[in-house]
Amino acid sequence: MTDPQRDPEGPPAHDALSEAAARSARHTAVETHVTPERHERASRTDARPIFEIDSVSVFYSGTPAVREIGFHVGENEITALIGPSGCGKSTLLRCLNRMNDLIPGATVEGSVRYHGADLYGPKVDPVQVRKLIGMVFQKPNPFPKSIYDNIAFGPRVLGMKGDLDEIVERALRRGALWDEVKDRLDENAYGMSGGQQQRLCIARCMAIEPDVILMDEPCSALDPISTGKIEDLMLELKENYSIVIVTHNMQQAARVSDRTAFFTVDLDEDDHRIGRVVEFDDTEKVFTNPSDPRTEAYVTGKVG
Amino acid sequence: MGAIDPTPGSARAKLAVAGARAGTAAVLATTNRAERVRELGFLTLLMLALGFALAGLGGLIVWSLIEGAPRLNAQLFTEGPSSLSPETAGYRTAILGTVYVIAGVILLIVPIGVGAALYLEEYADGGRWWNRFIELNVQNLAGVPSIVYGILGLAFIVRGPLSFGFVAAAGSATLALLVLPTVILAAREALRAVPPSIRDGSFALGATQWQTIRRQVLPAAIPGILTGVILAVARAMGEAAPLLLVGAVTFITVDPEFFEGGYTTLPVQIFNYATRPQEVFQVLAPAGVIVMLVVLLGMNSFAVWLRNHWENKLS
Repeated sequence: MTDPQRDPEGPPAHDALSEAAARSARHTAVETHVTPERHERASRTDARPIFEIDSVSVFYSGTPAVREIGFHVGENEITALIGPSGCGKSTLLRCLNRMNDLIPGATVEGSVRYHGADLYGPKVDPVQVRKLIGMVFQKPNPFPKSIYDNIAFGPRVLGMKGDLDEIVERALRRGALWDEVKDRLDENAYGMSGGQQQRLCIARCMAIEPDVILMDEPCSALDPISTGKIEDLMLELKENYSIVIVTHNMQQAARVSDRTAFFTVDLDEDDHRIGRVVEFDDTEKVFTNPSDPRTEAYVTGKVG
Repeated sequence: MGAIDPTPGSARAKLAVAGARAGTAAVLATTNRAERVRELGFLTLLMLALGFALAGLGGLIVWSLIEGAPRLNAQLFTEGPSSLSPETAGYRTAILGTVYVIAGVILLIVPIGVGAALYLEEYADGGRWWNRFIELNVQNLAGVPSIVYGILGLAFIVRGPLSFGFVAAAGSATLALLVLPTVILAAREALRAVPPSIRDGSFALGATQWQTIRRQVLPAAIPGILTGVILAVARAMGEAAPLLLVGAVTFITVDPEFFEGGYTTLPVQIFNYATRPQEVFQVLAPAGVIVMLVVLLGMNSFAVWLRNHWENKLS
């Protein structure tokens, strides 16, 4: 799966873009049912929005973490959130499947619409939200169970109909892991390599057939080869899923994403660190011709 | 080193190399005598602490074996107490009483202890004053003397609201109250040790809080919870004081029942024998200590086996 020619350190941004496009084309070439238009990076206006994020602020025990965030996430696209540490990318990501509800004292203001429906409406059950919007975490977090039971956990608790063995195999195939683990499904998942564990977590997420996958720095603990495999996987997955990914790796954002939101962090009058989005646009534009000087400074590596 | 020689092979260079080597060797061989003494002294202290603990236990076992040797036979386990033929008297009824009482304790402390710990750890909002109040009191209760629980058991379980009477069930309930704080504290520690990433992973798959607890958190915490239960049971088994107040004093010659009739337990029976002046009972008491150790070790080995079994399943 991984291109052996690829420089593990990551090529410069514009090369990465063309390479990602080429790789995307390589994947879609085998998927014959996909229409050719899909290969092109959609321009800013054509994808249907799956998330409409509007002036969202998040507070932890009254202290603001991100403020007035607004952008749209398109269907069947990969949207990357980039920016320096502590700028609230993960915080915003966790708003999209209501994982922030689990943090005591966290409150969300503003509106997040998912397919037009208010995600924070009074009748919305966060458990239902998380069934539709899956999440992959920064550190691979397999359950201390067998590989099979890791995948089967979601379908079991959700009471999914159908043959469990088939569901597990399908999920592992989608996670590009089946061939590596099919003979040791009953072994403990902790015995897998870090990259395999993360692909297991992605497969586990896909076993419940979500609509969107949120990824919080999914490759930050992995080596370049595992990272390459997961990036390939993401490009395959976006045919059927929408993906939002937080990443510190700008090459990664440039390689895989269609659109990029750039976050910065400011200090307010009380010295609280507050994240904001300063630029949201096609990834190509953000990396080659950004409209905000802060974005340019960040993507060209002038400030970290 | 050769690379930095100005003129390789010259006498001066050789001398410099030899000097440097000697210097390095001297540095490597330097020992600080004071520090070595301190290290050794500290190690000795640690060994003494360990030795003291082991000597106490070893001394008890050896003394009991020697003193009780004439009576270490099968009758010790199969015969009940008897004043008429103390030569063949044993601990049958006391063993049965202990097994009943402890079984009752386990049945009570596992669900209640784990339930309370789950509430405090997974559901309670730690910012609320009443939850902090409960937490503080659970910690304090772990230090209350056991005789206080005996009086409580007498007033509320034997008589009063529950009115069980002087039966084994009353002993179980009293001892369960005594050791519950220990179990709750241990179970909370075990639950806290389950990585938050496992909870996150489960919630992110659309599992409810109960599903997450039931299928992820609790299985991962079971080894730690079992450790707490083992300690609590060992303590309950050795308690005599509160049981004296809730009925375990009678001289029982027929096999006890759980909800009816008198009962006795091993520590109470040993105490009973040890206070009699006759020589024959002075042998029976230390033999009883051995019986108690055998029962305790048997129960603990089973619990440890159970815990290791779970740990192996998890890792």
